[in-house]
Amino acid sequence: MTNTTTNGDVNVDQKRKEAYFTAGQGQLIWARFKKQTAAMVGAGILIVLILAGIFAPFLTPYDPTIDGRNKDYVYGAPNVPKFCDDNGCSFRPFVYTFNRTRSIATNFRWVTEVDKDARRYLTFLPEGDKYKFLGMNFTTHLFGVDTGKIHLFGTDSTGKDIFSRTFHAINTSLAVGTIGVFIAFVLALIIGGISGYYGGWIDSALQMMTDTVRTIPAIPLFMALAAFMPDTWSSETRFLFISMILGFVGWPTLARRVRTHLLTERNQEYVLAAQLCGASAGHVIRRHLLPSFTSYIIVDLIISFPYMVLSETALSFIGLGLKDPVNSLGVMLQNVTDPDVLLNYQWHFIPVLFFITLVLAFVFVGDGLRDAADPYADTKK
Amino acid sequence: MSDSIISTDDLSVHFPLKGPLFGEQPVVRAVEGVSVDIGKGSFYGLVGESGSGKTTFGRALLRAAPITRGSAIYNDGEVKYDLPTMNKQALTDYRKRAQLIFQDPYAALSPRMTVRDIIAEPLEVMGLTKTREETDERVREIAAKCRINLEHLRRFPHAFSGGQRQRISIARALVSKPNFIVADESVAALDVSIQADVLNLLKSIQKDMGLTFLFISHDLSVVAHTCDHVAVMYLGRLVETAPTRELFTNPRHPYTKALLSAIPSLDPDNPGNPLKLEGEIPSPTNPPPGCKFQTRCRYAIDLCRKEEPKLDKLGAEHDVACHRWRELADNPQISAA
Amino acid sequence: MSTPLISVKDLTLSFRTDEGLVKAVDHVSFDIAPGEVMGLVGESGSGKSVTAKSLMLLNPDNAVYDPKSSITLNVDDQSIDVFSLKKPKEQMVIRGGAISMIFQEPMASFAPAISIGDQMVEQLMIHSTMTQSRAKEISIEMLTRVGIPDPAQRFSQYAFEFSGGMRQRAMVAMALSTKPKLLIADEPTTALDVTIQAQVIDLMKDLVKEFHMAILFITHDLGVIAQTADQVAVMYLGKLIEKGSVRQVLRNPQHPYTRGLLDALPRLDDLDTPLKPVAGDIPSPLDRPPGCVFHTRCPVSLGSECETIIPEFITNKDGQQVACLLAEKDAQKEEAEA
Repeated sequence: MTNTTTNGDVNVDQKRKEAYFTAGQGQLIWARFKKQTAAMVGAGILIVLILAGIFAPFLTPYDPTIDGRNKDYVYGAPNVPKFCDDNGCSFRPFVYTFNRTRSIATNFRWVTEVDKDARRYLTFLPEGDKYKFLGMNFTTHLFGVDTGKIHLFGTDSTGKDIFSRTFHAINTSLAVGTIGVFIAFVLALIIGGISGYYGGWIDSALQMMTDTVRTIPAIPLFMALAAFMPDTWSSETRFLFISMILGFVGWPTLARRVRTHLLTERNQEYVLAAQLCGASAGHVIRRHLLPSFTSYIIVDLIISFPYMVLSETALSFIGLGLKDPVNSLGVMLQNVTDPDVLLNYQWHFIPVLFFITLVLAFVFVGDGLRDAADPYADTKK
Repeated sequence: MSDSIISTDDLSVHFPLKGPLFGEQPVVRAVEGVSVDIGKGSFYGLVGESGSGKTTFGRALLRAAPITRGSAIYNDGEVKYDLPTMNKQALTDYRKRAQLIFQDPYAALSPRMTVRDIIAEPLEVMGLTKTREETDERVREIAAKCRINLEHLRRFPHAFSGGQRQRISIARALVSKPNFIVADESVAALDVSIQADVLNLLKSIQKDMGLTFLFISHDLSVVAHTCDHVAVMYLGRLVETAPTRELFTNPRHPYTKALLSAIPSLDPDNPGNPLKLEGEIPSPTNPPPGCKFQTRCRYAIDLCRKEEPKLDKLGAEHDVACHRWRELADNPQISAA
Repeated sequence: MSTPLISVKDLTLSFRTDEGLVKAVDHVSFDIAPGEVMGLVGESGSGKSVTAKSLMLLNPDNAVYDPKSSITLNVDDQSIDVFSLKKPKEQMVIRGGAISMIFQEPMASFAPAISIGDQMVEQLMIHSTMTQSRAKEISIEMLTRVGIPDPAQRFSQYAFEFSGGMRQRAMVAMALSTKPKLLIADEPTTALDVTIQAQVIDLMKDLVKEFHMAILFITHDLGVIAQTADQVAVMYLGKLIEKGSVRQVLRNPQHPYTRGLLDALPRLDDLDTPLKPVAGDIPSPLDRPPGCVFHTRCPVSLGSECETIIPEFITNKDGQQVACLLAEKDAQKEEAEA
């Protein structure tokens, strides 16, 4: 093949083309995904948030439960670290001290005074509250303050640090989401898979069952379950139970998608070609059908995540899901309906921003993946 | 008549339709009463338009469509199978000996497998090789025969054009060293020049490996150039069969004649003698009584509307299913009564 | 020569893709006279569909037209520069008005959820000021004219209720209902059975005579061209390489590619000659050869000349036009000898 461009150009060009020709499905999808800015940004944010959730006990200064509360700083405003103020600058960030006194002026309610001269400097990697991580006990946190406590997002009605609670809540919600999605996914694969592969009356029967499950109304179901769950259950058990229920209720949508993918794919000619060689159902499913929709299923999974998280949030918010001391966004929002809080202690809503970001990140990544997942769409004539 | 590798007698393929709960269930008679003998080593053409049943027939011979009635016997000298009643073991063995080349080169290759894996799949599924080296060796062998660049084996189908993909399809069909190949419209989707290339490849492979081809096509010119024997189907029935030269110089069935004359000639000053066919092919769910072609045949008489013609033997392997073929041969000018 | 109906000069068009600017049509020029049937022949990747769509400005948004391209439509004593039509209202004249198009896949061209009749009426109402009942009358007339039985009943039916051949006829009826001066037929018979194809070709020939309409007939089937076209233009990889009357090009092809195409065709009148494919594979449009686009597969390539020089169109003494250095040399020799 003659080409009058220089040899160097030809080589680079050839390498690129060869890479394209030998790229497997995963590589092609990744190449297309990389080109989408929104998706890449979303992916970055998602990774940061997930890691923040996993390492929450280390990253946050205090225990998120009642044990870590600051009795002296109830409904406290956020302490914003500063570097400079009227008294001069310092390399180490610091926060002010707050004194609370009962003031006659406000009818003996608590009034917080800021003492700008009493600086408290931030410390890094201090020893703090105990926590468990991967089964081992640690006490080191990322940062703290030399005296007293620091509350970057303020505190709630009992003095619990909202910053610590937020990150632990991200972790909890993601964990609930993971378990729920996992269960839903396994069920969807099995039921949707059998339905789509065999078709016929098996398909009809399974579809009827799927539709029945789908029409179960969520809130009455959870109310019944909430009543059923004994109070004696530990928070962990409760947490596991809620997650599993979310999975058992959420599989129909995913199952329908799996079934649709299978129904279209199994009529493809290359499947017939394999069958004409005497390929067993297992071989056909493994080598042809599953790879054909793995990318779509991954997209479906990622998109299901925010729904699980939001479902759990909604349920916990109305008190039917998780309860203290287990932390989740829904639990944190339980106290927010009080008009006093709405008017005076707006920092209770900071966690909401984190969750919006988390959900949006999932959605952008899912959308980006969905767009990238069909690299074979434009290779037809 | 040389040994026939495939011999069918009154082969029929009916597909049931959803009908009333009680009473007779309607069927689509996709293939009805087809009896052919495909000689070993021949390049046998099967021609017809849409709805003729040619694809269904080809697939029935590979047991990819159910055989409702009639017999079909495969006999390659080593084994002899009765296709409708084969047991599972026989079927597994038959798959090694009979394969299919698809029409659409874009749909027939799994986009997520490399070319090497696609060609190797029959070997792996049928357990024809024991080690990976053996498989690779056989893949390379057949790829070379099909003129596929060995470097391309690492690539995925999206890297190739229609003609190249068809060659991969062919390689896949041939890798198990079959004796009988059904080529279902294998060149229909290709450009003229690539079509010629692929046809030449098929013929050279046939000579090289001693295969028998059932070449299904709607394109009579292609069939004329590659096949040694041709069968014409209309609405599931066989209407005429003859050696190629004979069919194209002496067509006897009115449909064959119309088909031949409908092909646009390359000579602008010689439009040929177009026997225009009015109307459309009837629906296979509601075929007309008697001869299926009578609704469009200019020579149809009452007998044609009542009775379905049987396949008459004209000698020299030329068979026709038409009540009036003799009259028409003697006097081509007669018209409908 | 009298004013051509449509005059294409130096049409050059590239597509913006992830891999860069891909040239699809390269300096294509041709004229179509009123009432003339021009066949545009080429294999896949030749750019024939893209060229045809340019006449109606139907190419997708990533199409980049070279500013020197010009398409002029001469209709109703007006000379319209197609590229100057920017607003949809202005473009209506080339889309369904003076120019109409029929496609290869009639199933894909009709909206599945609207009846055929409604779609035909819609086409008429957009392009004229007639009432709906008059539009319905004309539509039913057209359906009869194209040979569809029971047209009044068929008018209210949907596309899936028609067979392939009838759908194609209905599409012809719809395209012709606005009485266009130019019909672009993009592979209209490729998806049809050969007997139905014969019917549709006859229909188109009759309509050309009756409506004095020109047709740009795009196909890869040279037999169909032989029977319907007056003029033929052959395209390869975006370039027009040969032009002439259909008799000249088919009987005396000047370009090696045209000769190669004719050699590769299975002909019923000659069953003995083996099929000769054109050597090699068509290059990817990302990899367009320099010089003459065909030189990588040409059996009579002149070597470095053909690799570097892009051949211009020359007209030989019979009025045939070809873009080939070898043909140029032969023509010059002939002139010298004469």
